[in-house]
Amino acid sequence: MKITRKDFLRLSGLGLLAVAGRKAVRAVAERSSVRSSGQTSAPPAKSVRWGMAIDLEKCRHKDGCDRCIKACHSTHNVPQFADCAHEIKWIWKEPFQDVFPAAQTGYTREFFGDLPVLLVCNHCDDPPCQDVCPVDATWKREDGVVTIDFHRCIGCRYCMAACPYGARSFNWQDPRPALATINPDFPTRTKGVVEKCNFCEERLAKGQGPACAESCEEKAIVFGDLEKPDSEVRRVLRSRFAVQRKPELGTGPSVYYIV
Amino acid sequence: MFMFEKALTGSRKYWLWVASLLLVVLAGSLCYVLQLMHGLAVTGLSRDVSWGLYIAQFTFFVGVAASAVMVVLPYYLHSYQQFSRVTLLGELLAVTAVTMCILFIFVDLGQPARVFNIVLHPQPQSVMFWDMIALGGYLLMNAAIAVVTLTAQREHVPVPGWIKPVIILSIPWAISIHTVTAFLYSGLPGRSYWLTAILAPRFLASAFASGPALLILLCLALHKLTGFDAGREAIQKLAVIVTYATAINIFFILTEVFTAFYSAIPAHEEHFKYLFIGLNGDRRLVPWMWLSVLLSWVALALLLVPKWRTNIRLLVVACLCIFVSIWLDKGLGLMVGGMVPSPLGAVTRYVPTLPESTIVIGIWAIGALMITVLCKITLSVWKEN
Amino acid sequence: MSDRPLILAGLTLFVGLVTTPIWHGALDRKAALTAPPIKLPAQEKQCVAPASYMRTSHMQLLEHWRNEAVRDGQRQFVAFNGKTYDKNPTRTCLTQCHTDRKEFCERCHNYAGVSDPDCWHCHNDSPIASRSTP
Repeated sequence: MKITRKDFLRLSGLGLLAVAGRKAVRAVAERSSVRSSGQTSAPPAKSVRWGMAIDLEKCRHKDGCDRCIKACHSTHNVPQFADCAHEIKWIWKEPFQDVFPAAQTGYTREFFGDLPVLLVCNHCDDPPCQDVCPVDATWKREDGVVTIDFHRCIGCRYCMAACPYGARSFNWQDPRPALATINPDFPTRTKGVVEKCNFCEERLAKGQGPACAESCEEKAIVFGDLEKPDSEVRRVLRSRFAVQRKPELGTGPSVYYIV
Repeated sequence: MFMFEKALTGSRKYWLWVASLLLVVLAGSLCYVLQLMHGLAVTGLSRDVSWGLYIAQFTFFVGVAASAVMVVLPYYLHSYQQFSRVTLLGELLAVTAVTMCILFIFVDLGQPARVFNIVLHPQPQSVMFWDMIALGGYLLMNAAIAVVTLTAQREHVPVPGWIKPVIILSIPWAISIHTVTAFLYSGLPGRSYWLTAILAPRFLASAFASGPALLILLCLALHKLTGFDAGREAIQKLAVIVTYATAINIFFILTEVFTAFYSAIPAHEEHFKYLFIGLNGDRRLVPWMWLSVLLSWVALALLLVPKWRTNIRLLVVACLCIFVSIWLDKGLGLMVGGMVPSPLGAVTRYVPTLPESTIVIGIWAIGALMITVLCKITLSVWKEN
Repeated sequence: MSDRPLILAGLTLFVGLVTTPIWHGALDRKAALTAPPIKLPAQEKQCVAPASYMRTSHMQLLEHWRNEAVRDGQRQFVAFNGKTYDKNPTRTCLTQCHTDRKEFCERCHNYAGVSDPDCWHCHNDSPIASRSTP
């Protein structure tokens, strides 16, 4: 039986496609099939929404206090770089006039303008960073924590462009040389991935509070379940007037500021 | 099928050109290896200006790629026969430009080895996903169209029927690639310089000005080097397209400036202020932005007057002016202006470093090499005909 | 036929490059034919899964652990024998069992010519000194 070259190539090509297709189907099936044996399913979580109220007045009691920043950054192995262009920060302070530029006029700026405001990721209800991530490396969990899978992140930094709050940092280089001490219980990250405040989700999993809140001597950071009407954070929000950062953008931050 | 052997024979000048380009590519590759080893810290990017030259170049060259529609549409949809030679060149330019775009994205990634996560874990809610679909599809379409058309011309047979719908599809697809790219930026709530509905139309207008300008320059260069004649009418028609697109682009920019400054809303104003006046003492971009404005007006003047537009020397000047002007606006001003001031009002300097610039020039060299090889093949086939 | 020397030279170079694993391995006196001894855990005698499964599929297990712990928040693993483990490479894999990744993970990976696991770029690769609560 004579076969033309064209037909031979066509048959070989189809054959290759069939083999590749089988592999692809297998791969997809494996991904969606039952995973490792003996998996414990987590108890169905009652609806929790983690949130935070930061009392800026209490925060101002101690001038230049940065206990919370030290606690967070040491717990999570956040590197300290000399070059501030490459800085990584999960929690930091900025002047009031830069955080709430619309909340003051020329005359109120006199008092409030330079006062420090503690900033973290807002763990938004509708996070723009989640919308833009092309690989689902960042997403909002059911308990409201916006988290990052450092294994999946491709370092495109789209989430950094999307965040209206400047809450995210990128590892421009290997972070380990810039770490004086390493907390052995928490991984470092590698160059090329984005990171940010994670609401101490590894501590939340063990029933502990966030490092920043627990380290504050003035108890300026109140962390809790925003869904629970009698939680401490809800009581605080009922008793004093609190604002969010850029609420007009519709992101729904979980971090409130008591001015 | 790809007739590469036609690119392997050439004059001394041709090989000198190819060799110099390869050297530039080598330099860029070495710098990229440096970036792989040390991370993106070798660039001038920072926490506040996290996107810079790489993504800006990507944005600019998507525009160049999309501009192929300006020759495909008249030729295939309206049988404008004067474009018979330049259509294929436009499609080859599109293939080259999209390849450069993909390379620019790739070198910008912090974890390039994980790039296939975009395919393994697709996220349809992310505009970047659709950008990948649009660009990938456009690349395949134009490559197929170019290969099929050129092969048919070599064999002196009509193109197969199935390529016609692909060509027609490439017309709205070209519009879509640059719209999707604009949507990457214009949907971000925290970036007021980008959060404007006119971004996509601006992108398209600037694309249709800079792309055909590059095509004109390419045709004239080929004429000088190989005697290839695109046809006087084709060049003039392309020039008219560039004229209209330049005028519309300038108009769009002026509408943006009006909204920003008449409303006097600080969040809208401050990005324009940073670019055109300077903010907090940082005036690095100011001369470049005004140069961009000046060049676009010079180009418009040269193009509007028929006596000047039909003068080939002045047309070359006009094309260079508008190409550089839009490169400055889209390839530099758009990115840095969008990121400065930061969401917290910080004005951070961004200066591309030497490794960063070398990588960019290396990718330009890859583009130049690609278009050289593709034109060499195409012109060889046409010469034999 | 003026191309013949060029073609032959090219062919020789190609064959030489392609067969590098064979002749390079033969010339390398340090290359062993037997697998290197790997350091087994001192205390633990039973792995999180049967040894035969771990030999063939430890990569998949680790990937599942990673995705389940990070993406689904399920940090606990119940092994086939009922024991519960934390899906934690430092606390479980290293501290509890394998102690030294160079003497366990890397030895086999190097011998088999498989790329090094890059877990340790981020995860701490020294066992954690025993503390009451992590």
